[in-house]
Amino acid sequence: MEMFALTIAAVLIAGAPLVLATLGETLTEKAGIINLSLDGSILLAAMAAFAVSTTFDSPWLGAVAGMGVGAGIAGLLGLIGIYLGQSQLAVGFILTLLSRDLAYFLGHNFSRQPGPDLGLWTIPGIGNVPFLGPIFGSQSPVVYMGLAAIFCCWWWMYHTEGGMRLRAVGESPRAAFGRGIRVRLVRLCYCLAGGALVGLAGAAYSLAVKPGWGRPQGCEGAGWIALAIVIFGGWHPVRAALGAFFFAALQVSGIYLQEMFPSIPAPVFQVAPFPMMILTLLAVNMGRMGWVQDIVRRHPFLKSLSKGWSIEAPAALGQDFDSKKGL
Amino acid sequence: MNRDSLLPQIGWLLAALALALILTVIVMLPSGAPPLETIYVLFKGGLGSMSKIGRVLAGWVPLTLCAVGLLIPFTARLWNIGVEGQVIMGAIFCTAALRPFDNGGIAQIILAIFASMLGGALWALLAGLLRVFGRVHEIFSGLGLNFVALGVTLWLIFGPWKRPGVASMSGTQPLDVSLWLPRLGTLSVSWIGLALAFAAILLVYILLYRTKWGLKMRAVGENPKAATLFSLGPRRRLLQAFMLCGAMAGLAGATQVLGVYHRLLPSISSNYGYTALLVGMMASFRLPLVPVICLFFAILNVGSIQLPLQLGLDSSLSGVIQGIMVLSLFIVQGLRLWLKQKKAAN
Repeated sequence: MEMFALTIAAVLIAGAPLVLATLGETLTEKAGIINLSLDGSILLAAMAAFAVSTTFDSPWLGAVAGMGVGAGIAGLLGLIGIYLGQSQLAVGFILTLLSRDLAYFLGHNFSRQPGPDLGLWTIPGIGNVPFLGPIFGSQSPVVYMGLAAIFCCWWWMYHTEGGMRLRAVGESPRAAFGRGIRVRLVRLCYCLAGGALVGLAGAAYSLAVKPGWGRPQGCEGAGWIALAIVIFGGWHPVRAALGAFFFAALQVSGIYLQEMFPSIPAPVFQVAPFPMMILTLLAVNMGRMGWVQDIVRRHPFLKSLSKGWSIEAPAALGQDFDSKKGL
Repeated sequence: MNRDSLLPQIGWLLAALALALILTVIVMLPSGAPPLETIYVLFKGGLGSMSKIGRVLAGWVPLTLCAVGLLIPFTARLWNIGVEGQVIMGAIFCTAALRPFDNGGIAQIILAIFASMLGGALWALLAGLLRVFGRVHEIFSGLGLNFVALGVTLWLIFGPWKRPGVASMSGTQPLDVSLWLPRLGTLSVSWIGLALAFAAILLVYILLYRTKWGLKMRAVGENPKAATLFSLGPRRRLLQAFMLCGAMAGLAGATQVLGVYHRLLPSISSNYGYTALLVGMMASFRLPLVPVICLFFAILNVGSIQLPLQLGLDSSLSGVIQGIMVLSLFIVQGLRLWLKQKKAAN
């Protein structure tokens, strides 16, 4: 039991940055913008967070700096993609490569240095409660931030007027514009907000999960996995967060697998999430293939099952909107 | 991008370069790097001597192979982000083909080159099949397969193909000298590699602009729905485009193994797959520009090796400059579009 609880605690901490990044991207994509720069953003934000927290000896200032960097990159994507009409995919991809190299270049002097981290929070009174004690007794603040972000995103999206506007600009920007919503501005705002969450994910890596900065940092590739989890999560914050914890659980189990199969070299396990990413995307997307749907249609049982499994992307995802071109 | 008169074109290009220069200087400042000196060291490191130029050309070959290969799927509006993994797979297949031989000659080298093309093409086909039959977007399948290919390399280097005694990141046992590509004089570039790159440029030109196949491919890219109606077979064409691109990327892997490193090592692809995508975007996927930009990027890459030695800076500055240049081009293009719309609105 103790062992199980400790494993859950490990999954929670490993999954926290993934959850934050996934929620950020879900917000952005809900508004109809694809931000492909996640992987580089996370790395640059991780570097900035560590550099600022070391320089000013204040990890919380570092976390804010990470959020600022993430929002800045997303803002750049928003300006070029939304207002200057360039391909979101192309700009996002350039930004991810650029931010990664920038992180290594600017972080050169901070490499392999000791620095402050966010430490642990202890919730008083919970330490001796069986099962919950080992999980929540003393956890990193990023775990609580991730859990809070899940609730906030869900509540904002489905229970507020702002969330309705968010979904409107992603599903039907023309109709939203007709109702007087400034589509481009709303999209830019969610680009910034999503980017800030992604930046916080980066800060979570360098200040809590894998404290410190170096080349390689160890969170390379996390952004791409987060992008895939958004699809796996069907653009729903709770499902996306579950997907993120699922992947974190796979990563944690990779450590156990490594002990079980000592003949397989350790570096191989670092790339193990990526075939998993392809397979999950395959499983999620197969349902929409014509030949799969034919089979499903013939079997009532599968049909009821596929309802819970089917997902739809925001209808206007990745599409430009220019109000001047009319409705 | 529309093609109006030459003078404004050049003007906009200069604006993009100026923006790139300004942005580069801005990002250099926090690290305390002297901008002018850094740029001087960068270019002197890339062009300062014949041996450096040889290294630039040795980098130009795989980069060009990847970048011109990318033009084929891009013509059908497909993103082959898996080039990196296809280079790695090419290198793995190349090494695998040579492992039975202690030494050899032209026959073994040709065998290895064909094996590498097969490896790259199969890896690209896998991404294509995932897209066609599994609806997995090619960005994710390609990217995921890049990491898988890296994992396979690491497994081989630390497992079945490890050097007798020690297994390390420095790679497998080096190939016998008789299996190396012949060098061009004393330069570190091989004339065979250069010939392969030029052949690839020519092949892509003929395929895309001088054959019916290329015409249909462009039709698929312009309007996939119409292409389905006219039974141009977009799916089959998509797979063909991916495989051809993969074969060229695999060839790039072979030039890395046979011509540069003479063994398999984890960083065998040297990021050329990702850089080639930047080259393609910077050239707006226009074939004549691709080799020129590849040359420029290769100079930056070789020059950046001097940065840690002479100025204590990280060599990733070359990637920063490359990224900033492409980004600046996009910004300037976007501004141009915006100004045009504004003018039209008035």
